[in-house]
Amino acid sequence: MSIRLWIDDREVLAEPGERILEVAQRQGISIPTLCHHPALPVLGACRVCLVEVQQGKRREITTACNTLVQEGMRVATDTAEVRGHRAMNLELLRARAPEAPAVRELATQLGVARSRFRPPAQNPLPNCILCELCVRACAHLGHHALAAVGRGDKKRIGLPHNRPAEACVGCGSCLSVCPTRCILLKETATTRTIWGQTFELVRCKSCGAPVMTEAQRAHAIRTKQLPEDHDDTCELCKQSAASQRLASVVW
Amino acid sequence: MARIANAAALAAYRKQQRALRPAERKAIAVCAGTGCKAFGGLEVFEAFRAALDAHGLAKTWDLRATGCHGFCERGPLVLFFPEGRLYQRVKPEDVEEIVTRTLLGGEVLERLLYQDPVTGARHEKEHDIPFYRHQRRLVLAQNGQIDPTSLDDYLVLGGYGGLVKALGMDPAAVVAEVKRAGLRGRGGAGFPTGVKWEICRAAQADQRYVICNADEGDPGAFMDRSVIEGNPHLVLEGMLIGAYAIGASQGHVYIRQEYPLAVERLELALAQARALGLLGQDILGSGFSFDVHVSRGGGAFVCGEESAMIASLEGRRGVPRRRPPYPAAQGLHGKPTNINNVETWATVPIILEKGADWFAAIGTAGSKGTKIFSLVGKVNNTGLVEVPMGITLREIVEVIGGGIPGGKAFKAVQTGGPSGGCLPAEKLDVAVDFDSLVREGAMMGSGGMIVMDEDTCMVDVARYFLGFLKFESCGNCTSCRDGLEQLHALVTDIAEGRATSGTLDLLEELAETIRATSLCALGTTAVNPVQSTLRYFRHEYEAHIRDGRCPAKVCKALIHFSINDKCTGCTLCAKNCPQKCITGERKALHVIDQARCIKCGICRDVCKFAAVDVQ
Amino acid sequence: MSAQAVIDPAELDEVLARHPQGQPAGLVNLLHDLQAAFRYLPEQALERAAEHLGLSSAEVYGVATFYEGFHLKPRGEHICTVCMGTACHVRGAARLLEQAERDLAVRAGQTTPDLRFTLEQVNCVGACALGPLVILDGKYHGSMAPDRLSRLLGKLSDKKGSK
Repeated sequence: MSIRLWIDDREVLAEPGERILEVAQRQGISIPTLCHHPALPVLGACRVCLVEVQQGKRREITTACNTLVQEGMRVATDTAEVRGHRAMNLELLRARAPEAPAVRELATQLGVARSRFRPPAQNPLPNCILCELCVRACAHLGHHALAAVGRGDKKRIGLPHNRPAEACVGCGSCLSVCPTRCILLKETATTRTIWGQTFELVRCKSCGAPVMTEAQRAHAIRTKQLPEDHDDTCELCKQSAASQRLASVVW
Repeated sequence: MARIANAAALAAYRKQQRALRPAERKAIAVCAGTGCKAFGGLEVFEAFRAALDAHGLAKTWDLRATGCHGFCERGPLVLFFPEGRLYQRVKPEDVEEIVTRTLLGGEVLERLLYQDPVTGARHEKEHDIPFYRHQRRLVLAQNGQIDPTSLDDYLVLGGYGGLVKALGMDPAAVVAEVKRAGLRGRGGAGFPTGVKWEICRAAQADQRYVICNADEGDPGAFMDRSVIEGNPHLVLEGMLIGAYAIGASQGHVYIRQEYPLAVERLELALAQARALGLLGQDILGSGFSFDVHVSRGGGAFVCGEESAMIASLEGRRGVPRRRPPYPAAQGLHGKPTNINNVETWATVPIILEKGADWFAAIGTAGSKGTKIFSLVGKVNNTGLVEVPMGITLREIVEVIGGGIPGGKAFKAVQTGGPSGGCLPAEKLDVAVDFDSLVREGAMMGSGGMIVMDEDTCMVDVARYFLGFLKFESCGNCTSCRDGLEQLHALVTDIAEGRATSGTLDLLEELAETIRATSLCALGTTAVNPVQSTLRYFRHEYEAHIRDGRCPAKVCKALIHFSINDKCTGCTLCAKNCPQKCITGERKALHVIDQARCIKCGICRDVCKFAAVDVQ
Repeated sequence: MSAQAVIDPAELDEVLARHPQGQPAGLVNLLHDLQAAFRYLPEQALERAAEHLGLSSAEVYGVATFYEGFHLKPRGEHICTVCMGTACHVRGAARLLEQAERDLAVRAGQTTPDLRFTLEQVNCVGACALGPLVILDGKYHGSMAPDRLSRLLGKLSDKKGSK
């Protein structure tokens, strides 16, 4: 049975178990967010996707990413109060991640030209906003190499015991989901260095382009019981090989 | 001890135990609560044991080491039954005299009686002492009487009678009884307990859990510790009744790792209850089965929050999650779960035993029954007090607490733990109940009540709580993690004289975002200490900012120490100065080198001539 | 020799054996037991705990660092804990901590280089009537004053003489 609610006075239907953010996005209503990824578990860390929710007599400012839709709910995504609180949280994040383009852009949009706050005392990974998208992606892919470490104002992201971890295969997924691109990744022709560890790259057997790390390929072969020659070709060459095969069956 | 098969067998066993110790039997109860223990309570207990043996009195006098009596300030405490005589500040070397003169000679030792600090009157009986006289003890009633390691002691006083009554009722009727009693959760928010049970009971599931929240994290609160240490079976009985009403077969006690004695007492109580068949399969032949597991917390204040506690019990980081779904629908391991705190559980057997109407007659319209507070800080009678809801703050602080020591003036009372609020003197006549306190910008919380005098700086207090909370934040939400750190930095600027006229505006703006946009109650209430001190003590903030002055002379950056002409040149200050920055000839005026002084205040403490000024 | 190397593998096995395998919910209790055995949580113990419960190293490390009660570095022979609860705070606990920091020449949370002393702070142990309170090797010392604390610490450090 569908749930009926209103977002910015627009009547909307949703399914039980859905959250405000996904329903709004489906309707083309944009709500800014830094820590949300549709394929990963919800965390509600950045506190940017704030909306005003009226449910019966109860009215509150809350995050759209982790609030379940309910029958009769009225959501306002762009009130002055909502914008004010978003701006304050972005001002806090701007002090933590002054060089992150995504933070800067959102902050500027909300009128936060500069932060009145000092950089946090503990900030070992510059520009990291502690949203844990990297940790969630790493766990989701089955590696579980990255951890949220410590708590409170000493929370940080890192590898267990602060040293290279066997579990890390150098896939770089952490960086690809990172909203502030704060994770350091360096590549040479043959190697990739990330989280203090250097990985050999697999090169495409037909064109020579880097495909993935050796460790990443070994992990895939081991966990998915794939043939030993799996993934020794890059996506582009795979596609062209496939189209050639297709061409050969066309009569 | 054999397993007890049914209610009749329990009644028979209780009767048999009562016959062994008639009410008029003479007994000595030595408090072995944490406070008295630290003052040497166990040594006193051992001295009594030896002296009773030596005088051949071991058979005529029962000697018991009991849980906390509440009056920690005057420990070690020794109570004599059946008269109810209280000796306080008892030392092992007093014991021989007590045995010969009081036990054998029937004489009262004046010097060991409590003396009222104001009137100078001595009180012989515990119930005549103002600290006790104005209390209404339900949950703490048995603490001074029973040995917490003895299930028999508990049974003799009627223990597990509430459970027997509940097992004879329909579970829905038990829920209705608790609802009718108007019991509200003692852990903080004051949600009606019966309603909470009803929701959990209504959730469809093959398995439900009950949890006892013993993660008493509020600094300055120790009532839960004292209840578990002093009367563990009372808590257990409450959980049994709740589990029966809700339909749960498994319980957990989530208890602070900083409370090792409470863990030990609880484990022992569980083993005793299992041996007697009060836990396990088919309890008292009712068909109801239930057992309890003790889990130690790891040391995280945020785990007092329900969803964080569940995460911790599941072996994860104690990070709260968005509710709904509430634990009553999806809690521990995804099953419906009911969480109540220690004091709430401990109140349940009393409601069942005495009836909802009896209980609801105590307290106010919206807040029924009694509440335990830990009355601490700058107050004469520090300790645990249990009072009927609706009593005024003034009665607690001035009458029960005996006022402020050293003739100082009262400044504020802080209720509700780190996320509570500070109320000033003009709010002392506010009634202590869930709703009145919230209306005034404070809250009941779990029952910490910290008294502050004129020497307490409210900016420093706000800074203290923010320092605590930024450390205890789980670190998930930007608003709480970064917001509290920045708020702490702003208040530190004020305390250290760096603030500007814009600081207060930014402070208030930031506080509002932290309150409005954080996920859990830690964040949304974390700004209460700042907002309540700003509401009632704004002038103190302004004095720091505008005049560069700390009125209470606490904030180090804004004070300095100097030596006046009362100095006799005794050299004591110079000897004790950790910086060695006080100079002066013997018998001549001493001088503090301001550049090197770290303002520790030790010179002022050690000076016998009031020659050290602070400005 | 590194401090990591001194843990007894038999003792580690014995602690693990008390906890059911493959049940991640038991992590916090297991960490408590490991710490009771080794006085801190050595890396090796954390790795074995992860294996035993079917968790990743990252998960176990994340949990061990979240809770204040767990120590990932070796702790001193003597533990001095200053209670920083509210009641103790308003009665001057900060000065006790400063005194201990001066006397031991470490900051709160640190251990002296000779592993004799660890200085810790705790947010209330529920003995507020005794405030300000210092716990030395598990024993509660109430109504503490900076000079008395100095003497107590001095007595402990003299006991065996510094090496």
